[in-house]
Amino acid sequence: MYTRKECVAMLLAGGQGSRLYALTKDMAKPAVPFGGKYRIIDFPLSNCVNSGIDTVGVLTQYLPMVLHDYLGNGQPWDLDKMNGGVHSLPPYQNSKGASWYEGTANAIYQNITFIDRYNPKYVIILSGDHIYKMDYNKMLDFHKAKNADCTIAVLDVSIEEASRFGIMTADEKGFVTKFEEKPKNPTSTLASMGIYIFTWDKLRKYLIDNEADETQDKDFGKNIIPNMLSDNQVMVAYPFEGYWKDVGTLDSLWDANMDLLNPKIPIDMYDPNWKIFSRNPIMPPQFIGKDAVIENSMVTDGCEIEGAVDFSVIFEGVKIGKGAKVNYSIIMPGTVIEDGATVEYAIVGENSVIGAGSKIGSDPTDFADRDKWGIAVVGHNINVAAGKTVNPKDIISESII
Amino acid sequence: MNSNKKVLGLIFSNLHDENISDLTENRTMGSVLFGARYRLIDFPLSSMVNSGIEEVGVITKSNYQSLLDHLGNGREWDLSRKNGGLHLLPPFSHSSSGMYRGRLEALYGVWDFIKTSEAEYVLFSDCDVIANMDYAEIIEEHIQSKADITCVYGKENVSADMCQGTDSFGINADGRIVDVLIKPHITGETNVSLNTYVMKKDFLKMIVDDSMSRSDKDFERSVLQARCADYLIMGYCFDGYFSRICSKQSYMRANFDLLKSENRHRLFPDGRPIYTKIRDNPPAKYAIGAKVKNSLIGDGCIVDGEVTDSILFRGAKVAAGAVVKNCIIMQDTIIEKGSTLQNVITDKNVKITAGHLLTGSEKYPLFIGKGAEI
Repeated sequence: MYTRKECVAMLLAGGQGSRLYALTKDMAKPAVPFGGKYRIIDFPLSNCVNSGIDTVGVLTQYLPMVLHDYLGNGQPWDLDKMNGGVHSLPPYQNSKGASWYEGTANAIYQNITFIDRYNPKYVIILSGDHIYKMDYNKMLDFHKAKNADCTIAVLDVSIEEASRFGIMTADEKGFVTKFEEKPKNPTSTLASMGIYIFTWDKLRKYLIDNEADETQDKDFGKNIIPNMLSDNQVMVAYPFEGYWKDVGTLDSLWDANMDLLNPKIPIDMYDPNWKIFSRNPIMPPQFIGKDAVIENSMVTDGCEIEGAVDFSVIFEGVKIGKGAKVNYSIIMPGTVIEDGATVEYAIVGENSVIGAGSKIGSDPTDFADRDKWGIAVVGHNINVAAGKTVNPKDIISESII
Repeated sequence: MNSNKKVLGLIFSNLHDENISDLTENRTMGSVLFGARYRLIDFPLSSMVNSGIEEVGVITKSNYQSLLDHLGNGREWDLSRKNGGLHLLPPFSHSSSGMYRGRLEALYGVWDFIKTSEAEYVLFSDCDVIANMDYAEIIEEHIQSKADITCVYGKENVSADMCQGTDSFGINADGRIVDVLIKPHITGETNVSLNTYVMKKDFLKMIVDDSMSRSDKDFERSVLQARCADYLIMGYCFDGYFSRICSKQSYMRANFDLLKSENRHRLFPDGRPIYTKIRDNPPAKYAIGAKVKNSLIGDGCIVDGEVTDSILFRGAKVAAGAVVKNCIIMQDTIIEKGSTLQNVITDKNVKITAGHLLTGSEKYPLFIGKGAEI
């Protein structure tokens, strides 16, 4: 017997995140470490909890082990509930056979039974690859006030960026009149943030119809939204103001981490009223050594810093040796930067070792031809032997011996 | 540990409160903050959990609100269990138990709890020793030696200005304790008691009953010292890292000892984590212009100023232009711009407003109480 929930969240976390290359070789994108002690999925999950949504289905498919382990019973987010809480929902087998999730809409379709048991009035669809803080409850209030069937959170972007997003055109009252997925010549700058609230009985019907139609792609952006729009369902754009970043690429992941260090960028990790929860490491406090120099950086429990760290995000349990230099970089949990190594403009994955005196990445100002420059990336569990060089733009997914 | 030997852990959270009275004014010894993110009870409690002890009673007497807040249902130590788990044992829990005056009275007061445990052995620990002990090995040795009681001790070169007033043991070649000195004033190499004892539950029952019939309340005097010829009391030498807290000076030193890598690595070895309450702090943040040297920093700290040879607990803030040297700055303390602190201990939630100069001496640190605003 389940108690009725007003709103159930469905978090799409099954994508491969292939544009993160070596970083998603061992784990799904939502499980990729972010911001010194978090994983990307902590942001939508914490937003749910802080917004009072306590029932979250997490749809997993690509390399789900790390993600399932991380979610566990949901306790770190206070989502270990008798009724509701967090549920991992991987694809499954049934009497008619087995099928993978074939699109965002199909993933929800395959879990209609999960949603139905809470008999919700509304469903919020989220994705596991965005960094932002948002009160979904305000968006739900907006949805109710507008008597909408579907509400899409939108962000005003520049016209140059607009062709990377799903773009809405809305009238002056916020009613959506047109939706285009990644338009070549955008006519509006309202970009979809991939956050949708639907009135559940409406969405349920569209999911079933979409599934029955063989010609469709089973995708929210390509089918469900356009179909609802062409049927004149009430669709509104919910304007979001604040920080939001898609971290689907190496550059944007690096940028978003650096944004945390910039006091001018409005994402405050230190706000006690909107904490981002995570599975906390059980480690001793961080130690900053006698000869260490550390400025403009974030560092987590279990780190031992003996070298120089500037403009960097250092995750739990990282060791940075004497004479090592880490600038403008992201060093993920458990990694060791040995004495005298230099890491600049780089992302280094979990539990890797950067050997003494190695050189990873470099400063863009050293490059006359900027196109040849890019963030250097070392994947998870990689050894870079002493004295080796990893050039800017290189992506290392096998150890360098 | 031999899995068919069930062991009950008992932690005395209030014994030794008087050693650091400033810090225990509003809390038990067990809930005194230590090492940038811990409370003293985390060490015996985590040692128990890591040694396979799954049933733990925490004996309290007074001032235990902060201890209750810290421990909660024991989940963070993996002690929120259907069988066993964590039990808080306050005084006055039944009609015959009142405010105890010593270890034996405390045990008598909580006997109803001990009685219901299925454990064959009982291990006690206090909260005045910081160590990461493998109790399983101690219990194994206790069983092998067929001792009535095993007392854990450490070898320490006690100097005149260090912790005096700790019990010490005279031990013969077989490892048997043949002499017990209660709070002696001695210096030099000493077998100092680490206030950790193992015995069978039945044996404990016998000595508690016997002591109550004689109105003896002091375990160390009435049992260890008075009966060491009658009972087989063995010593177990703990050779890992430990530090004892018996004064504000030793508290300060125990904290600063963690600035030495070797001590830190011995106290926090891989695979034997020390658990504590989770606060969901973000990482510590160092701003442009921050200068931090030789310090332990908790998560959630924001450092804009200068911090040297210090311990900053979770959520502390040091503003630009502030200087912190040789200090222990506890949880959520705020030090505003331009203030300088040297040899200072600030308790939780202290606020030092801009432009102050506060200096203690190394031997006698300046202590600023919980919640004070200067």
